Amino acid sequence: MTDALRELTEQKYKYGFVTDVDEDRVPKGLSEDMIRLISRKKGEPQFMLDWRLKAYRHWLTLEEPTWPNVHYPKIDYQDIVYYSAPMPKKKLASLDEVDPEMRNAFDKLGIPLVEQQRLAGVAVDAVFDSVSVGTTFKKKLADLGIVFGSFSEAVREHPALVERYLGSVVPYTDNFFATLNSAVFTDGSFAYIPKGVRCPMELSTYFRINAQDTGQFERTLIVADEGAYVSYLEGCTAPIRDKNQLHAAVVELVALDGAEIKYSTVQNWYPGDKEGRGGIYNFVTKRGKALRRSKISWTQVETGSAITWKYPSCILQGDDSVGEFYSVALTNNRQQADTGTKMIHIGKNTRSTIISKGISAGRGQNTYRGLVKVLKGATNARNYSQCDSLLIGDKCGAHTFPYIEVRNRTAQVEHEATTSKISEDQLFYCRQRGIKEEDAVSMIVNGFAKQVLKELPMEFAVEAQKLLGMSLEGSVG
Amino acid sequence: MSMPETSKAMLEIEGLRARIGEKEILKGLDLTLRAGEVHAVMGPNGSGKSTLAQVLAGRDTFTVTSGKVTYDGQDLLALPPEKRAAAGIFLAFQYPVEIPGVGNMYFLRTALNSLRKARGEEELDAMDFLSIAKEKMKLVEMDPAFMNRSVNEGFSGGEKKRNEILQMAVLEPRLAILDETDSGLDIDALRVVAGGVNALRSPDRAMLVITHYQRLLDYIVPDFVHVMAGGRIVLSGGRDLALELEKKGYTWVDDQVANGTFSAPAVASP
Repeated sequence: MTDALRELTEQKYKYGFVTDVDEDRVPKGLSEDMIRLISRKKGEPQFMLDWRLKAYRHWLTLEEPTWPNVHYPKIDYQDIVYYSAPMPKKKLASLDEVDPEMRNAFDKLGIPLVEQQRLAGVAVDAVFDSVSVGTTFKKKLADLGIVFGSFSEAVREHPALVERYLGSVVPYTDNFFATLNSAVFTDGSFAYIPKGVRCPMELSTYFRINAQDTGQFERTLIVADEGAYVSYLEGCTAPIRDKNQLHAAVVELVALDGAEIKYSTVQNWYPGDKEGRGGIYNFVTKRGKALRRSKISWTQVETGSAITWKYPSCILQGDDSVGEFYSVALTNNRQQADTGTKMIHIGKNTRSTIISKGISAGRGQNTYRGLVKVLKGATNARNYSQCDSLLIGDKCGAHTFPYIEVRNRTAQVEHEATTSKISEDQLFYCRQRGIKEEDAVSMIVNGFAKQVLKELPMEFAVEAQKLLGMSLEGSVG
Repeated sequence: MSMPETSKAMLEIEGLRARIGEKEILKGLDLTLRAGEVHAVMGPNGSGKSTLAQVLAGRDTFTVTSGKVTYDGQDLLALPPEKRAAAGIFLAFQYPVEIPGVGNMYFLRTALNSLRKARGEEELDAMDFLSIAKEKMKLVEMDPAFMNRSVNEGFSGGEKKRNEILQMAVLEPRLAILDETDSGLDIDALRVVAGGVNALRSPDRAMLVITHYQRLLDYIVPDFVHVMAGGRIVLSGGRDLALELEKKGYTWVDDQVANGTFSAPAVASP
């Protein structure tokens, strides 16, 4: 490929800056005392502390999983800071009082916390390191009975809701990283949409890791009550650091009868440099439970992180419930991704769709891993899966591990998979028509990912398209 | 023939040699085109016709080892493919490429705007582009439904070739190179495609029509006909040369080359 492509693809990670704010951080290491300290700092009720401690004790009995198709040096869990918060000067009365340095940081990321939001029509909860720093549009949402804000706040102000649903989809015993998260999670977002309410705007959380040597363990819980609808967006970035940082988040979605939750992610954590130094370990558990006639739809565009390990899943418990998973995962340089979904069909007439698009460039390794499971009682379950891989250059890899388990004869499960390369023929064709090579690559990649990108809310789709073009750093074969 | 000898050359190829890997394909090719002229290049398989087209468009799988190509007074071989396109060179591909997920209309607008941008012209918005595209689609009798499909994906052979001519009509090149545009076309499709090409003939546009068969030249009547063999142009003439070739077959050319009859072009390049 030509110099033009090389130049474009060697663009630096745009969000790698560090913000200078005073931090309240605890010493490194993990113990029961540390968990008590975190819980106390957050002023939590007893049930939260008890839950955390149960999780911690269970975690001590677990082994870190080795089955994902990713490789990294052993993590020293005592070498991580489990709580870091921007130092609060006093309780914030409004968003205007957010530390200007921090507001500036979010502005740089294109996430204005203040007035411009009104035009964009998106309510944002911004999580800086471990703590939510501000939520926009709170009042307007509250008028509709919608609760949206930081998890800590929800624990204090709506303890009954939290206690009822926390761990109801991802129990604290679930898996190594989810259990760790349950013990030490520091903040995250919480949303509750009451019965029959259609949330009038996109809800959005923007996660930012700033501090050094910290892990980010946020927890998101979204409950859509009967007949409610919500569309939720999640974005993430982190500064450039030489050392790897661990991000072990949990997202739980609960869609009660007839509800619909659409959850979209544009994940752009720092991916590490060209040689694979630094970058985020993104080990995340995301799962939704769908009751009768409800629908849960996951859309993800994964371009960041040194290692991605996540399987946004749907438990289709209620009859006639629907689960969807649309994913674009791009790995470049030394990035590794092992991602996919689980669709568990329990109810009758449950339907699921899986569209996965993996893009590998540089020395990137991209694995799709998915499970479609149809239980005995899931009469007339339907699944359609499509897994496509696109290779750029000849040093990257694409792997597909589809697992299908069917225990009911009426089930219909379809799986299609393709692997293709951006060919010299395609690039030459575009260039002969006057399109520069880097634009051609970006156009071809976006074409490949189109089926997924069109599922994103408009303003996110534009961002995601640009990101795909930009993330092809060093994709010279 | 139709143009006076004094008119300035648009494209001048002198002693062009090119190889792919270790294999030399073009072995000292000379050719001159002037604005307004349509030249046909004929020849048996493996004579280097398509290589000539690809080298002119800037395909880097071929290495030019010697010779000169001057286009509008500048060194064409020094330009990357997209700059050649911006300078007005268009290649209608023998095998148009499929680009899944990229809409045909979007692709064409991106191409047109890339060319306009490179030339310092204002880019067209979707509406302005649409009206141009609609107009040009009539030329090749193309169903508007094709514009929303992915570039060439699932198109029949004839549809792909029509799409090439549509692109040519929208991009309005100064030098159009048609690489075996007739291959794989039935007679109806051939008529449509040739009709599109003829509509684009103009005094300031030159065309290089590469074909294996004389059949295409019944529809696109050239001003000059050249015969390629062994990586060179061995015979040049007028329209009648194609007919003679049709009668005598390529073995006739091969025999002449083998006998050394055509050590130099039998008819001087115009």
